[in-house]
Amino acid sequence: MEVTRQQLGAGGKAEFRARQLRARDMLRGDLEGPELERHVEQSVLTTTFEKAGRWAVGNANFPLSFGLACCAIEWMSHIGPRIDIARFGFEAARATPRQADTIMLSGRISIKMAPVIRRIYEQMLEPRYVIAMGACSSSMGVFNNYAIVPGDKFLPVDIHVPGCPPRPESLVHGILKLRAAILSQPDEGWRTRYGGRGTEEVVGDIDVHDINVPGGETGPGA
Amino acid sequence: MPDATGLELIAQELREADESAVLDTVFFRDQAALVVPATAVPATLEHLRGKGYSFLASVHGVDYFPEEPRLGVHYELLDMHEVDRICVRTRVPTDDPHVPSVTPDWPTADHQEREVYDMFGVVFDGHYDLRRILMPEDYEGFPQRRDFPLGGEPVLFTHNERTTPEWWE
Amino acid sequence: MSLTPDIPYREMEESVEVSHITHPESDELLTINFGPHHPATHGVLRLMVTLEAEVVRDVRPIIGYLHTGIEKTAEDKAYWKAIPVVERMDYLAYYFNAMAFCGAVETILDLEVPPRAQYLRVIHMELNRIMSHLVWLGTTALDLGAISMFWYCFRDREQILDLFEMSSGQRMHTRYFQVGGVFEDIPQGWEHKVRAFTQVMPERVDQFLAILMKNQIVLERLRGVAPLDAETLLAHGTTGPLLRAAGKPWDLRKATPYSSYEHFDFRIPVGTVGDNWDRMMVRILEIKECCRIIDQALDGLPEGPYITSDRKYALPPRHELATSMEALIHHFKLVTEGFRVPPGEVYYPLESPRGELGCYVLADGSSKPARVHMRDPSFVNLQVFRPMVRDLYIADFIATLGMLDPVLGGVDR
Repeated sequence: MEVTRQQLGAGGKAEFRARQLRARDMLRGDLEGPELERHVEQSVLTTTFEKAGRWAVGNANFPLSFGLACCAIEWMSHIGPRIDIARFGFEAARATPRQADTIMLSGRISIKMAPVIRRIYEQMLEPRYVIAMGACSSSMGVFNNYAIVPGDKFLPVDIHVPGCPPRPESLVHGILKLRAAILSQPDEGWRTRYGGRGTEEVVGDIDVHDINVPGGETGPGA
Repeated sequence: MPDATGLELIAQELREADESAVLDTVFFRDQAALVVPATAVPATLEHLRGKGYSFLASVHGVDYFPEEPRLGVHYELLDMHEVDRICVRTRVPTDDPHVPSVTPDWPTADHQEREVYDMFGVVFDGHYDLRRILMPEDYEGFPQRRDFPLGGEPVLFTHNERTTPEWWE
Repeated sequence: MSLTPDIPYREMEESVEVSHITHPESDELLTINFGPHHPATHGVLRLMVTLEAEVVRDVRPIIGYLHTGIEKTAEDKAYWKAIPVVERMDYLAYYFNAMAFCGAVETILDLEVPPRAQYLRVIHMELNRIMSHLVWLGTTALDLGAISMFWYCFRDREQILDLFEMSSGQRMHTRYFQVGGVFEDIPQGWEHKVRAFTQVMPERVDQFLAILMKNQIVLERLRGVAPLDAETLLAHGTTGPLLRAAGKPWDLRKATPYSSYEHFDFRIPVGTVGDNWDRMMVRILEIKECCRIIDQALDGLPEGPYITSDRKYALPPRHELATSMEALIHHFKLVTEGFRVPPGEVYYPLESPRGELGCYVLADGSSKPARVHMRDPSFVNLQVFRPMVRDLYIADFIATLGMLDPVLGGVDR
């Protein structure tokens, strides 16, 4: 969805007042004919619900505050003042996976940690994205040995950012690629790439009391 | 470091107490080491504590494959007053890898002995809770032994993506 | 120890359903799991905390969530190539990891490092120490709730990373230290920039102190909290700022100077009580002393080679390759196989921002090390966490975890 900005008119006070009055008339239902059409063209935009939703998701993507190793320090400097990913919408790093949109696998994933990450990922709500930051989470990195697992083995990774640790520019490039992917190609998600059709969460008739009972049924989710 | 003569004096004192206590002394690049049998380790460390080496800096394991006995445990001691270091080394074979634990007297050896057990399989008798610390609890094998394979994954590229088993299958 | 009955921690640790754990004997005690993923833990450290209401009675750390097998990977690589692997262990003190490894190998080889390389190493290590303390201060203040400190510390950290990038090309994990010296000489203008930084940094430290030292909340949260005497610390093998905060002035840079630290005049901040306040102040004041060392090192930076001229261990300069056959052969041997180290074993300790970082290298005559072990200070210091947090409130417990400064890369290796 393209968001274009255009200046309405020359920008004087009188013009602005006239537009306000026209808007008020439209809301009352008094505006008719060509005046109504012109007003609508200028100040109302129409779109589909999906596009608007994607625009919101892409521009306000809250990361999970998750840091494993050296890339986590670089990730912290991205939140810091110089690189400041808050301007891309990564404003609030949520600590709980229930409120986060993106998980950044920043660092090497050991075999002890992989099930923990999987459980955290399963707790996140759709739409959720995974960015594998650095070489270790994408593909073992420097350490190709018994103790490390690449992220692709247990998580559907959307963006791989190479580097050890990635330069700020490359990670920002990865983040912007994720944003572009969210905004433009909603169907090219991981489900298409990895053949995951049928794993969408369908919230049907669930008895509220059945959820999250210790020792009871497992909660919703694939 | 105690110089070569100082090291020999310490070794002689230990041999006076127990004939078989010191197997060898090593003085390499100004670093002194005593090689002792496994059973003599706590007594040696106590004797050295009496001589001033009151800080146990490190307990770590070594695999001397293919020399026998294969597994070694090194105890690095530090004397903060004289600024001296000495190392106590012991070697155990793989079929009987038992070393008495020094944890009751030196609390710092706690996690470090667990790590040596986890990585090499050296069993420390007398450790109150000897179990794996770095690897998952149910892991089989001792990773840092020389004959344990390095492991790893073939890196997933597009050209071998189809042949490598994928996570969702 | 007597307050907590014999708790089967093993079952609790392995239990996946940690929604509610009761103790077999006491109804008052509750064990909760500070999971590996937690907003406060510095890295993936898992803690099983036994609480009685809000008071911590016992804590058991469970580590291994970042175990990378660095020591085993380093056995598979030539000495030159093992430096980047070992560097990534304690990921906030990468120059120290490299220095420990290179120092151990140089000791086995009996290789002399030229004085210019020693001074350059000191400058980079002290800059790294400042950077590590800044990250520590930013994240610990964030845990305490002083969120602005995070931004200030990371702003200054960016300046240091710019300096590292200028001298070596990388921000982190620069593989700048090589066996025999440093990889290449510093570029023109670097010295000027470092001096500009060390001019500004002490003022910044004063600004940090102005924010923290008189803040009533910080004072109440840190003063008198979790004091631990030097004997317990020594028994548990603790070194570094924790030991210095308890009053014992032990610093390897002064006790056993390495890499020409004896040429510099600097002080060691030492605490008195050993509580969280002393631990914080020791680290903050160390930043100022690091600036002094860097200034002195730049003033006295000697001319000369930046790496040993022994061609068996260091690459010859490229212009020689066109004219000298020997240089070409040495270059070829070093790049393909690497240099061989005669058999021997050496333990090389140095003072990292967290304590005594030692590297043990066993060489067996081939071009790959037979065993590399890094004695990491965070791994050993973690053991003293248990006596430190006995009978503290949870909030103080989190603050003490910050003051302990564990870096899980070093803990798990």
